Amino acid sequence: MAYTPDKPPLAESTDDLRARIPGWGADLDPKDRPAFPRERFDPDASGAHWTFPERQEPHEDRERSIEHKFVTPAFGTSVGLKGLSGALRRVAYRRYSEGRAAHWLILLAADRVDVLESNVGSFLSLHPDNPFTETGVVSELTHHGLSSRLNRKRADLSHQWIDPVIVSAPWVAGAAVAYSAAKRARALTSQGR
Amino acid sequence: MRAMVYRGPYRMRVEEKPMPRIEHPNDAIVKVELAAICGSDLHLYHGMMPDTRVGTTFGHEFIGVVHEVGPSVQRLQPGDRVMVPFNVYCGSCFFCARGLYSNCHNVNPNATAVGGIYGYSHTTGGYDGGQAEYVRVPFADVGPSIIPDWMDDEDAVLLTDALATGYFGAQLADIVEGDVVVVFGAGPVGLYAAKSAWLMGAGRVIVIDHLEYRLEKARSFAHAETYNFMEYDDIVVHMKKITEHIGADVAIDAVGAEADGNFLQHVTSVKLKLQGGSPIALNWAIDSVRKGGTVSVMGAYGPMFSAVKFGDALNKGLTLRMNQCPVKRQWPRLFEHIQNGYLKPNDLVTHRIPLEHIAEAYHIFSAKLDDCIKPLILPNAS
Repeated sequence: MAYTPDKPPLAESTDDLRARIPGWGADLDPKDRPAFPRERFDPDASGAHWTFPERQEPHEDRERSIEHKFVTPAFGTSVGLKGLSGALRRVAYRRYSEGRAAHWLILLAADRVDVLESNVGSFLSLHPDNPFTETGVVSELTHHGLSSRLNRKRADLSHQWIDPVIVSAPWVAGAAVAYSAAKRARALTSQGR
Repeated sequence: MRAMVYRGPYRMRVEEKPMPRIEHPNDAIVKVELAAICGSDLHLYHGMMPDTRVGTTFGHEFIGVVHEVGPSVQRLQPGDRVMVPFNVYCGSCFFCARGLYSNCHNVNPNATAVGGIYGYSHTTGGYDGGQAEYVRVPFADVGPSIIPDWMDDEDAVLLTDALATGYFGAQLADIVEGDVVVVFGAGPVGLYAAKSAWLMGAGRVIVIDHLEYRLEKARSFAHAETYNFMEYDDIVVHMKKITEHIGADVAIDAVGAEADGNFLQHVTSVKLKLQGGSPIALNWAIDSVRKGGTVSVMGAYGPMFSAVKFGDALNKGLTLRMNQCPVKRQWPRLFEHIQNGYLKPNDLVTHRIPLEHIAEAYHIFSAKLDDCIKPLILPNAS
């Protein structure tokens, strides 16, 4: 035990383990472990036939961390910067390094603005958001939502009730704002008469 | 093409998107045959990863057929069936030249602290992922490998991240013969890490979780001793009791940013986004391992700060080891283990869901419905 020199004996011997566990000890020698040693200088191992890759174009306007010397030779083009969220993201990248909390907090704020912009924008398109189907919550009915939770000691049950609040809060807030604006417009219209 | 598209926290849908195109001379376009949802995709799904833009397609675990190649691609041609590591990497930068493919410096302009990952926000480079019919694969001569004829497709897709990461986690723990290994988290990575710990000569493997069906899998698949932390007032004290008050030699955090077990930590990180991740499992690992022991961190955390107990790590003289897995480095040895019958990756697959039902797939996985452990996505299923 901890208060005396020897390590407590294991319940099973090496022979028992080898008999019970397929492959026990196959990688006992660190030399057989592919991540050992962690750093192995071998520039030919990867298959790259360049020392510096050709550059992806166009890259002039691509946002980048100020900890980088330049825009990297390859980059993703999944979704470009746009709207207020894009402006916030540009500030986060141009102004703050990855070491600053402001960098990440602005990016997180921009993510929320992006959701608002995109969801409102979807109602001006032919493909409006459907907050019900997009949550996949129908699977609660088709994939044992109740029995997956009932009489089970699950730690996550203490906070799962917060998830619908997170999902619905922006929609409820949006509906409240729209209702309030409509009410105000109607009041102004009736005053004008 | 049809693709999963993120619409905001806890919401996604399938949309028509433009076909990906060759944007770099060493790109390939791959027609996806099979994809998977990773536990770390849930961090994106829950809105935890900064710069996750509406319209992004997730998915960093996928296999498929090469559809088109760029002019400088030499090693692949259309028609090749390939497995693609979750890492996007150039193969030639300072870090790649040393085998640190997951830390590539030439593929992610958005951050220097993390390399490139498919479908994992702009913080990891802004690449669309493989939960779609087609995907752009940069540096096609470096990342993808042709799937061996003998390999099962489901095993191949699991090799692109989950199995490789679990195996890598066990290696980072520097296990020596007879070590007592505790794995926090019985999701796919934790189960593969537990199984891999035996390959490295562990003398005892313990798995901790709160989902009984996953602990059952830990017993049957990973031959592990298991404990449900919900049944103990303090799982750290229990760990000490079952190790003669020494602690485990090695602890592996295979949970990451959404760990449960402490309401305040979970809510401040996962719900309120005030931390880069909920460090409950990591703190339990630090407190459960013996003095002088090693903690291997495979759970994914965001770039923000987290309330980690570094004082305990210092005072106990711990070695903390972690990284995103350089997947392709693990493959040759893992191929041998699969062929020898030591590993059967697709034993963990519980759900096979068409792409059109992606929103349901994420909800099932996130809410842990239907005893879900590993869901696969079928892009071309009707």
